[in-house]
Amino acid sequence: MATDVSTAAPPTEAPRAGRRRLPPELSILGVMVGMMLLFEALGWIFVGQSFIANPLRLKIMILQEAEIGIIAVGVTQVIIMGGIDLSSGSVVGMTAMIAASLAQTEGYTHAIYPSLTGLNPIFPVAAGLLCGLVAGTINGSLIAYTKIPAFIATLGMMVSARGVADWYTNGQPIGNLDDSFAAIGAGWWPVIIFLGVAFIFHIALRYTRYGKFTYAIGANPLAARVSGINVERHIVIVYLIAGLLSGLSGIVHTARAISGQAGVGVGFELDAIAAAVIGGVSLSGGVGRMTGTVIGAVILGILTSGFTFLNVDAHYQEIIKGGVIVAAVVADQYRQRRRKSV
Amino acid sequence: MGNISPSTAEIVRLSGAVPGAEHLLEVTNVRKAFPGVLALDGVSFRLKRGHVHALMGENGAGKSTLMKIIAGIYTPDSGSFRLKGQEIKLASPLDALMYGIAMIHQELNLMNFMTVAENIWIRREPLNRLGLVRHDEMRRRTKKLFEDLEIPIDPDVEVRDLSVANRQMVEIAKAVSYDSDILIMDEPTSALTDREVEHLFRIIRTLKEQGKGIVYITHKMNELFEIADEVSVFRDGRFVGEHPASEVTRDDIIRLMVGREITQMFPKETVPIGDVVLSVRNLSLEGRFRDVSFDLRKGEILGFAGLVGSGRSNVAETLFGVTPATSGAIAIDGKEIAVTNPGTAMDAGMAFLTEDRKESGCFLLLDIMANMQIALLRHGHARAGFVKEREIEALCQQQKQRLRVRTPDLEEPVINLSGGNQQKVLIARWLLTRPRILILDEPTRGIDVGAKAEIHKLITELAAQGVAVLMISSELPEVLGMSDRVLVMHEGRMTGIVDRKDADQVTIMELASQ
Repeated sequence: MATDVSTAAPPTEAPRAGRRRLPPELSILGVMVGMMLLFEALGWIFVGQSFIANPLRLKIMILQEAEIGIIAVGVTQVIIMGGIDLSSGSVVGMTAMIAASLAQTEGYTHAIYPSLTGLNPIFPVAAGLLCGLVAGTINGSLIAYTKIPAFIATLGMMVSARGVADWYTNGQPIGNLDDSFAAIGAGWWPVIIFLGVAFIFHIALRYTRYGKFTYAIGANPLAARVSGINVERHIVIVYLIAGLLSGLSGIVHTARAISGQAGVGVGFELDAIAAAVIGGVSLSGGVGRMTGTVIGAVILGILTSGFTFLNVDAHYQEIIKGGVIVAAVVADQYRQRRRKSV
Repeated sequence: MGNISPSTAEIVRLSGAVPGAEHLLEVTNVRKAFPGVLALDGVSFRLKRGHVHALMGENGAGKSTLMKIIAGIYTPDSGSFRLKGQEIKLASPLDALMYGIAMIHQELNLMNFMTVAENIWIRREPLNRLGLVRHDEMRRRTKKLFEDLEIPIDPDVEVRDLSVANRQMVEIAKAVSYDSDILIMDEPTSALTDREVEHLFRIIRTLKEQGKGIVYITHKMNELFEIADEVSVFRDGRFVGEHPASEVTRDDIIRLMVGREITQMFPKETVPIGDVVLSVRNLSLEGRFRDVSFDLRKGEILGFAGLVGSGRSNVAETLFGVTPATSGAIAIDGKEIAVTNPGTAMDAGMAFLTEDRKESGCFLLLDIMANMQIALLRHGHARAGFVKEREIEALCQQQKQRLRVRTPDLEEPVINLSGGNQQKVLIARWLLTRPRILILDEPTRGIDVGAKAEIHKLITELAAQGVAVLMISSELPEVLGMSDRVLVMHEGRMTGIVDRKDADQVTIMELASQ
C-alpha cells in the first residue's frame, strides 16, 4: 500500500485554506498583547513613561522568565502526558550546587574540590545535566512501574533533591566561578537557550512519534496501551526529559548568578506549571502546545515587570498573580465544557 | 387525588396506616429514550405484595432501564407510575427510598473504608443531643437487623475486609433497613457460591412473608424457577409477557426472550475458508476464564456469544496481550508465540477493537488523524522519529473515504463525532495496520442502524480478503447473521462451538445460560 500512496492522494477534498482552524494560542496571545497595552496606558498615567519602549526592561523581563521557561518546556510535556512534576525547583537547586562545585576558578584555595578547579565548562554542564537526568529518571520509573501518583513521586523528589542541595555544602554558597562557565548565563544566552529548547520540543511534540505518543497517553492511557504503545517506557522518557531541562535551568541560573546557592529555584516548579496552564495546557492531559507555554511564560514576565514598573508592592503582585493563574484554569475548564456540549 | 410528597409518603408508610392495595407497584406504558436508542417502549409492569417477580431478557432488552426507572435513577419520558394505588413521580433515588423502594445494585455501592454499621445507617445515623453520632446505638440497630436476617457479620468490620458475598449481604440488609416495601435486586447471585445463594434465598423468603415485593433480575433459569412467583419477559425494549413462574417452562422463556425476527439483512457471503491462522489451546486467565481452545481460519468469521460477564471480552483482551494469560498457548500459523503485551500481538498481525469505545478506544480530545494513525506508528512511517505526515495523511484519507466517516476534515476532534463515526475511526485505526487477525468486541454497540449495516458489510469484505475475524457480540441476530461458527461461553468456560448451519437462537441461548 505504501507504494501507491502518491496516486491515491485524495483529490476530492475541498480546498483546505478556507476552513483552516485558528490556532488556539491566538486568544492567549491576545491576552498578552492586551496586558502589555494595559501596562503601557497605566505607565503613562501613573509613572509618566512608556512600558514597552524600554529595551532594558524588556530584556530583564524576558531574562527572568527564561529559567522558568526552560523548566516549563519539560513540564508542558509532562502535563500533556497527564502527569505533573513538582520536583523541578528543587532539581534546579541541586544542579546549581553540583555544577557550581565543578566550575570554580583555577587555583582557588577554598574550592570544594581543590584538585578540580579551572575545568573546561563542559564538565560542570555535563554533571548538571546528568544530575537532572537522574532525578527525572527516578521520577518516571516510580510513576511508571510502582503506579504511585505523579504528584506523590515528584513531591518526594522535591523534598529529597532540596535535601541534597542543602547537604552538599551544608548550605554554604559556592562562589568564585570561572568566567568561561559564567558566559553561559551572560547576555541573551538564557533567552536563546529557552527559545531553543522550546523550538526543539515544539517540533518533537508536533512532528515525531514521541510527540504523538505523549498526546495519546495523556488523552487516554488505556487506549494508548491497547494501541501497542509501551506506556511505561514512554512515561520514563518524558520525565527524564523534564528532569534534564530542570538541570539545564539550574546550570543557566548558576551561570547567570555566578554562584551556586542551595536555596535557588524554590517555587520555580509552580511558576512553570502556571506558565503551561496559562498557555492552555490542560491538567487533565492530552491538550496543549509548546507555543502556548512560551506565551504563558511571557505573560508571567509581563505581570512581574509591569507591577514593578508601576511600583506595586511585591505582596500585591503575588496576590494578583495567583488570581491570574486561577482565572486561566477557569477559562480552560469553561472551554472544555463548551467543547463537550457540542 | 393529587400527588403526595415523598416525605408525607414516608410518614404515612411508617405509621402503617395505608391499607394494602393488591399491587404494590403498577407501572403502565412507560417509555424511555436515550440519544439514538429507544430503551423502553410502552412497557408495563406490576408487582404484587409478598411476591418475587423476575425480569428476564437478553442484554439490552430494557430490564435494567425499567429497574432504574422504578428506583428513581432515570425519569421516564412518559407513562404512569402507581405505588399502592397512588399516582407518584420519582425525581431521584432518594425519593424512591422515601417511598419505600430500595435497590440493590449489581456493582456494589458501599464505602470501603467505613464500617458495616456506618455504611448501613449513612445519612440516618442516630445522633445524641450534641448532634454527634451514637456509635453504640448504631451498632445495636445493626445487630438487631442482622439477627432478623440471620446474617453473621460483625457491624464493626470495615467493608473492605469483607468478601464479595458478605458485601452483598450488607447491601441487602441496608435496603431492608429502610423498611422498604419494594426491593429491587439486580443479579444478586452473580458473585455468590451455591451455599451463599441458599442463604440469600432464605432471606428473600423471610422478606416475602413480611409482605414485601421483590423485583428480581437474573439470567439464570434455575433461580427463576426456585424463587420467583411471576416472570415478565422483555425483548428489544418491549414487554413480551407476564406469566406465573409455575406455568412456564425453560423453553417457553427462551423462546419469549429471543423470539424476534431477524429484520436486518446480514450481507454474509460464503468465502473460501483457508488455513488455520490462529490456534488457541487451553487459554486461561485466573479468576476470569479457563481452558478456552479454538482454531480460527483465514477468511472465517468466528462469533463469540454469551452473556455479559461470561468472559468473552476477557478472552479477547488476553489474546491481544492486554491481560496476559496465566496458562495456555497461542499459536499463529502453527508457531507458538508469547503474547505479553498489545505490541507483541500487533507484531503477530492481530488487531483489537475494544468493547468500550470511550474507555479504551478513542482519544476523545485528539483529532481524527491522531486517532487513526496511532497504531500504525508502530509499523514505521517515520524517519528518525519524524512521522511522515503526508504519507500518513493520505492513508487516513483513504480510510476515511472507504469507511465513509462523515466529517468535514481529519482535524475534527473525535469527541464531536457520532458514535457510529467514532467506531469507524477506530476500525480505520486497525485496518491501517493491515491485520491478518481482527478481533472485534461489540463492533456495532450503540450505533445507528445505517452505520451498523456499513460495518457488517465491511466485516464481510475483510473476511473475503482473507482476514480471520473473531467477533464478540451480545446481539444474537448479529452473531448468527455474520458468523461461520459460533463459540459460546458461560461463566468463564466454553460451553460449545456451533456451526453456522446448526446455530439458532435457542441453541445458543441454551448454551449461554446452561
